[in-house]
This record gives sequence, C-alpha cells and structure tokens, in this order.
Amino acid sequence: MDDLYRDYILDHYKRPRNFGELDPHDLDAHDHNPLCGDEMGVHIRVSDGRIADLRFHGQGCAISQAAASIASEEYIGMPVDEVPRLDGEWLIDLLGIPISATRRKCALLNLKVMRGALTGDPSWPSGSG
Amino acid sequence: MESATTTALPLDVRADFPILGREISGRPLVYLDSAATSQKPEAVIETIADYYRYHNANIHRGVYTLAQEATEMFEGARARVAAFCGGEAATTIFTRNATEAINLVAYAWGRPNVGAGDVVLITQMEHHSNIVPWQLLCEEVGAELRYLDVSEEGTLSLDQLDAELAGGRVRLCAFAHVSNVLGTINPVAEMAARARAAGAVSLVDGAQGVPQLPVDVSAIGADFYAWTGHKAVGPTGIGVLHGRRELLEDMRPFLGGGDMIRTVDWQRSTWNELPWKFEAGTSMIAEGVGLGAAIDYLEALGMDNVRAHERELTRYALERLAEVGGVRVIGPSDPDQRGGVISLEVEGIHPHDVADLINRENVCVRAGHHCAMPLMRRLGVPATARASFGPYNDRGDVDALVGALAKARDVFGIE
Repeated sequence: MDDLYRDYILDHYKRPRNFGELDPHDLDAHDHNPLCGDEMGVHIRVSDGRIADLRFHGQGCAISQAAASIASEEYIGMPVDEVPRLDGEWLIDLLGIPISATRRKCALLNLKVMRGALTGDPSWPSGSG
Repeated sequence: MESATTTALPLDVRADFPILGREISGRPLVYLDSAATSQKPEAVIETIADYYRYHNANIHRGVYTLAQEATEMFEGARARVAAFCGGEAATTIFTRNATEAINLVAYAWGRPNVGAGDVVLITQMEHHSNIVPWQLLCEEVGAELRYLDVSEEGTLSLDQLDAELAGGRVRLCAFAHVSNVLGTINPVAEMAARARAAGAVSLVDGAQGVPQLPVDVSAIGADFYAWTGHKAVGPTGIGVLHGRRELLEDMRPFLGGGDMIRTVDWQRSTWNELPWKFEAGTSMIAEGVGLGAAIDYLEALGMDNVRAHERELTRYALERLAEVGGVRVIGPSDPDQRGGVISLEVEGIHPHDVADLINRENVCVRAGHHCAMPLMRRLGVPATARASFGPYNDRGDVDALVGALAKARDVFGIE
C-alpha cells in the first residue's frame, strides 16, 4: 500500500464528506493555493457558538480534498472560537500520513479557508511550511 | 519496448551532464523538467569554476592582466552569444533573465512610447513574464491590453492578428516563440512582419525557443527577442535581450548606476554606448562566461540536431502516452508544430498527485499552472502535469514516464 495515498485518503478523495453548497449559510470564505492551483471554499452554519454544519467546495489534489473531507467531520460541532486556534500539526496528525514540505499547503488549505471564514484572517495557519 | 517506427536519435549526450549520473534511492534520475530549467553540461560547470579559480576580476575597468582576461572572457561570450542567435554584440544586452529583458523593454521603450488609447497585443498562451510587465505598463499609461485567442489545438490565428492590427491602435505585439505549456511553435517571423507592416513594434519571448530551435533573430525580424541562459544549458542569473539598434539608441536607460554611463556630473549624466547603456552595475561576469560555454556546447551539438532529437522524442512520447489509458495531451498533435514540451492530464488524478506519484520512480515533471494562469483558464483546467525534454533525454526517459503514469493509475485504483 502507498504511504501517502492510503485507502482512506483515496476514499475521502473520491467520496468527499460534507462537500457541496450550504444555503442559507452564516459564514463563507474562498481561497486558493497559488502554487498548484488548488481552490477551496466553505459555507458554514453557526448555532449556539458552534459550527452546526458546513460544506467545502472547489477542486484540487487528493491531499487537499481528502484533508478537507476528513477535517470537516471534526469541525462540525466545534466551538467557532476553537477552530482559529488549531495549527498545522493538528491537521497533519489527524490525516495520519507523512506529508512532505512540498505538500503541506495542500493539506492545510481547508484550515486556511476555515480561519478566513471565522476570523477574516487570510493567512496560512502556523506549520504550513 | 520501442515501437517499430523508431529511428536512431541524433544525440547521445547524457554522459556530458554530471547530475544525470546521480541516483536517488538507488535509481537513476529521469529529468523531464527542462522547460523549467535545463541541466548543465560539465563544460559549463568547469568553465565557471575555472573563471573563479584563475581569472576573476571586475571587468571594463582594471588595466591589470586579470581584469583584461575577465573582460575578454565576458565580452567574448557576448560576441559568441550574439553570433549564435544571428545578432550583433552591440545589440545583445545581458540581463538577469528573460523576465528582466521583457521588463527592460516595457520600461525603457514602453513608458515613453505607449500612451492612452494605444493597444498592447499579446496572446493567451503567454508566460506571466510576458503578461504582467504589459499589465503594469497599460495600467500606468492608460493603454489597453488585448489578447490573441488560443484555439482548441493550441495555436494562434494570423487572421485574428491581422484584424487586431487593422484597428490601427496596436503599438506593441509581444508573443512567445514556443509555448511553455502547449509546446506550440508560433510563426514568429510572420507575426513580426505583419506587426511591422502595421507600424507596431514586436517582441518575442524566446525563453523556450533558443534552447530547442535554431534561432536567427535577424531572420525572425522582431524588434526585440528575449531569452534566458538557464533553460539553454547555461547558468541561472543571465538572460539576453536582442534589440533593433535604432530603437535601443533612442531608448533611455533602464537602470542607472555604474558602467552604463559615459560621464556623470552633479545633476546629469551621459550614457555609455550600446550594449553597456543597459547594463548598470557590475555584470553577472561568471554567468556570462558560463553562458558562452553553454552556447559553445549547443553549437557543437548543432541546433538542427537538438531540434531533430527533441522532435523525435516528442513524437515517440505522444505515441507512447496514447497507450496509457485516460491520458489527455494538451496542445498541437503534430510534432512538427510543437517543441519538446508535453502538458498532460490523467483522468481521475490531479496533476499535483501525478507529479508526486511519478516522483517515486525518480521521474521529475512539473505540476501546476506553469506561470500561465490565464492560459489554464482558457484551457479549462486548474493545472497540468508537464514533461519537457532537453538534448540529454532519451527514449528510456519517455518509457520511465509512461511506466510511472501506469503505476500512478494503479495506486488510484483506476482500471
């Protein structure tokens, strides 16, 4: 089996969870990784200070799409002020695959978009390489 | 397996390039990213080391022996580079790279000569280096930036060029000699002639032209021709601008500083003669000397042979890639119309993943937008994987690419 493209990564890539649009939504953001052309947007519904539901959309490599799919299942239910405190290591650990320096931004694009939607801060999360 | 139609390749020079002897994880390197930068032959590496070991001094000034040697090496390289491209030494300006050469024209010719309501005409297949300088110029002077379309086959239309020129507002046309994404070889001599007939100045971005085609700038007849050393088996940090003498003489300098002046007074200065008027500050001396060695190397191979070699490799690659299911090649299908650049899409696998997966077989290709985001939009793809050839590649490299792509499809479970 491939170290990076494990079965569950390819499964999330081919059948991404929480993908599409969410209307109406309370928050949204759209961003891209200029290095490789990946682009990603998010629609978020907030209820009682927590992320009640969300949908990612866009296009990109298997790592960026699978990472968004896997992370989406963690984001739902999280307090909105917790997400901006998450760093790159949290996401890399969550993915459970060895991410080389050249692929870190692929993996972290979804967290960047989440931060953009929740705080308006378009910068990369720490640990983006 | 080589196909029955295979003929002998004109060149067999892999051994001239030390880096290609390197193994990673016990396997040889399959370098297919020469459109980004070429590898360097031993002759170039040795020439640069020799320059620093035995001849290093600043040029154009010192009267001592070392300074004379360095000056002769640098200016000798310029003369050979000029002759290699059918130009003259006086109108062959050294820049940092092709991007700087284009910016030189955009600033030193463009600012005084392009005005409000004028048109700068480029094409949809340009590299960012031949788009952004014109955007900046047009924004500053109130000119309009217009584009020639790219067809489904990846080509330009001379009829559309004529129609644009007929509008009478085009001051400058800038177009690539060879597309770094599509591989398309554009009819630049014809385009330059039509531009001139309509009273427009022309610039050719030859960054992908000089490394793989015989180039004669006087035969092409464009007013400016820009290229870069590092894609033509030379060092990084040196580019070339060939310009038409009358235009260069009329132009103000690009950068001010030492070496580009004749006299400096408290309030004003006078300019050095061509080409030094456009070369402020200490030149990239070792890089110029190294570029001289690079074109000596290419000259010895013969650019006709380089072209024939890469054309045959491209033909072979197009044939073999058709055997891999789900691979779509972008750009002209006729190897006579394209250089050694093949952008491809693999169905179901993002180009970034393609590049990562085939890297496991030591196959080095580029994935991304290739500094041509407008073209990607035109093609309707977010990115491509791109394999590109140099004179050192052989059919084994193509076979390795094809094998690696088949493996990538296996990893992704594509039947």
